[in-house]
Amino acid sequence: MESLKCWGKAKEIRDNYYKNYRDAHKKGGIRWAGGAWSFDAIPYGLGDDVYSLTSEPYGAAIAHNKEFAVECMNAAEKAGYARDLCAYMRIYWGSVLLDKYPYGGGYPKPDFIWQDHICCSHAKWYQVVSDLEGGIPMHCIDVGVGPYNKINDNKIRYVIDQMHDGIEWLEKITGREYDDEKLIEAVKNDCRSTSLWAEICELNKAKPAPLDEKTMYSLHVLATLSKASKEIADFYEDLLEEVKDRVARGIAAVGNEQIRLMSDTQPPWAFLKVFRYLEQYGAVSIGSLYTFALEGIWEVKEDGTWGPRKTPMALGVEISTRDQALRVLADWNLSKPEWQHFYHPKYKTEMMARIAREWSVDGILLHYNRGCGGLSLGITENRLGLLEAGFPVMAFEGNMGDEREFDEAGIMARMDAFMENLGAKKIG
Amino acid sequence: MIKLFQKWCDQRHDYAREWKTRTGGKIFGTFCTYVPEEILYAADILPVRVLGSHEPPDVAEPHILGMYCSFCRDVLAQGLKNRLEYLDGITIGQSCLHLRQAYTSWDMHRPTAFSYYLPMPHNIQSERSYAFLESELEDFKAAVEEFIGKQITNEDLDRGIKIVNTNRRLLKQIFELRRQDNPPITGLETMYLVLSSQLVDKRDHNKALEELLEALPQRELDRETGHRLMILGSENDDTAFITMAEGLPIEAMFVIDDHCTGTRYFWNECVPRENRLAAIAARYIERPPCPTKDWPVRKRISHILEIADKWNVDGVVIIQQKYCDPYELDIPAIKQALEEVGLPALFLEYDVAVPEGQFRIRVETFLEMLENEDLF
Repeated sequence: MESLKCWGKAKEIRDNYYKNYRDAHKKGGIRWAGGAWSFDAIPYGLGDDVYSLTSEPYGAAIAHNKEFAVECMNAAEKAGYARDLCAYMRIYWGSVLLDKYPYGGGYPKPDFIWQDHICCSHAKWYQVVSDLEGGIPMHCIDVGVGPYNKINDNKIRYVIDQMHDGIEWLEKITGREYDDEKLIEAVKNDCRSTSLWAEICELNKAKPAPLDEKTMYSLHVLATLSKASKEIADFYEDLLEEVKDRVARGIAAVGNEQIRLMSDTQPPWAFLKVFRYLEQYGAVSIGSLYTFALEGIWEVKEDGTWGPRKTPMALGVEISTRDQALRVLADWNLSKPEWQHFYHPKYKTEMMARIAREWSVDGILLHYNRGCGGLSLGITENRLGLLEAGFPVMAFEGNMGDEREFDEAGIMARMDAFMENLGAKKIG
Repeated sequence: MIKLFQKWCDQRHDYAREWKTRTGGKIFGTFCTYVPEEILYAADILPVRVLGSHEPPDVAEPHILGMYCSFCRDVLAQGLKNRLEYLDGITIGQSCLHLRQAYTSWDMHRPTAFSYYLPMPHNIQSERSYAFLESELEDFKAAVEEFIGKQITNEDLDRGIKIVNTNRRLLKQIFELRRQDNPPITGLETMYLVLSSQLVDKRDHNKALEELLEALPQRELDRETGHRLMILGSENDDTAFITMAEGLPIEAMFVIDDHCTGTRYFWNECVPRENRLAAIAARYIERPPCPTKDWPVRKRISHILEIADKWNVDGVVIIQQKYCDPYELDIPAIKQALEEVGLPALFLEYDVAVPEGQFRIRVETFLEMLENEDLF
């Protein structure tokens, strides 16, 4: 067991991110809000003083604080929003309604909304934020063009054209001249950080695993904050070197690794102790499609295994125009593994079975996450598919953000039974 | 005169089987009203919308998590129970996450010779969606051509557009009659008209509509209109609910709706253009939107208020499938908009099986409230 040297830096980046957004106006900067999947490289072309607040990690951060999360959700429900809607969304709206920002002060209203749309809730989430705040200019890019294995120029063009429209719109609403050089740099950083994160996750194929999933949540979150940031891409360079060193020296995330698990979807944030509990069985969760590929970009390598997608820079692609940069950005993101199951559960089952095989997984924990319609989409079919492929699966219902929907005692008892089924015994 | 439409709804599978025997044609199950039926009619394929059966959910439970709407599980159950064994293909126009699970699970567990996921754009308020959908329709048409083994010509597309447009026009003409002080047709009857139009060959349906349209101006209902209600919300083919609400002691009648099983299905026609696929694309982009596609501007609200005004509505029933996220996301804004124009609204959340007793009490109370408003 050895702590990550990068840990402090990861926390510092995250804290600064939320504070910089809050304080942007004091420095004459711009604030924008949007999802963790939005094309954040594009607003970088407005200047170096443009700060974002991405919604899902914001919801997750609050969800970790059970009391405040429930306060937020109560406020959203009181305003008429259904309790079964996305938990992050209800938490976010609650933060707006209560005018409370967990990093100090009231909810910092964005100057504009820059969103993408693949899940039913994405664009609608911010439509409501705009309603609650009395109107905020909003641009949203539809990325629901079908799975990447059916990509064609028409599909990419549709996304690129919406991006071009978005840049014109950004210039209009901010009054700023757009800088294509800054866009190109940001696109390169997006590719760099998401490919690097995949490479880091790939290192978890090692036995013992150098990282455990609970730790990985705190690391992958940086890409959900701002994958196009140079600071975050550079951080992943450092982290990669550190994890490589851990693998070389046989440093384990869970010192007594006996059982290798994988999970699925966002965890119930208020109950991350589940992972620590499972460590008593020598169980390490090596990650999931969620941690690997919510932001990580992957490809099938020549030897047939999964690895980080080669960046355009590594392939010698020169990016010199706005259209070229946007094409790279669109194509890169449309290949995101976590976008594929929106069209058919078979894609996700295939990827999960691949992870289970290549990362030598003994058992799979499926979180039937009632808090996220997007990532739970098709999850029951994934269960059937994984069982058919021969993997032990335990499904449990919960909610990433709404602790009221997590039966702690019942689920812990089932975890025990699942561990026993896998032949594990509590150590110590 | 409505009995035929009701029979088509009640005996939809018998109709489909008989149609197949009679014509030797192919039948596709459609999972959403964003499927371009014009192209299927051009290919001499009968599109049949897959709807649920309002039975308690059972066989679909292992396939779709309980947090998704009951309609999508009910739809899937029809496939798992093999009630539409006559289908040669299935297809969906991209809309909500919920219903696509019914489609994908059907695709996995009840595979058909043809299966197609059509990425209907979400950003329909962007001009960019037109070219995108046109190209997607080209791909869809090519896939259908490959399946039927022949090319779909412009003449075929014209025929398809004409069949579907005629149906839309006739339905709209009938709906216009509901603007009268005493509509000659009830909400229940119009529900049968629209539902059956999604289930049977529109050429048969058009003939029946023409006959009905001829007879309706002379028709007098043996009941008062009562309160003029609008119903809006998620997919709704629940005839039991409409029957109950229109049969209460305080009389009321649904005179207009905003449902994909109602006006949204047929409201606008495909305006002919030289480029037929561009014309079809424009029709689906410009139709009254499903909430999944109604952003960034809330265009549904202005549409709802406009038809409420034109049909002289004095109360609105907002009915929503439990767990239907897209509607849940719109309801607070819709309620507020209705309140601002002084239209009372009753919100009901329903499941596969409608809790008739509870709903009866709530609708009765709502109607009593409307009566009081009349008094004071």
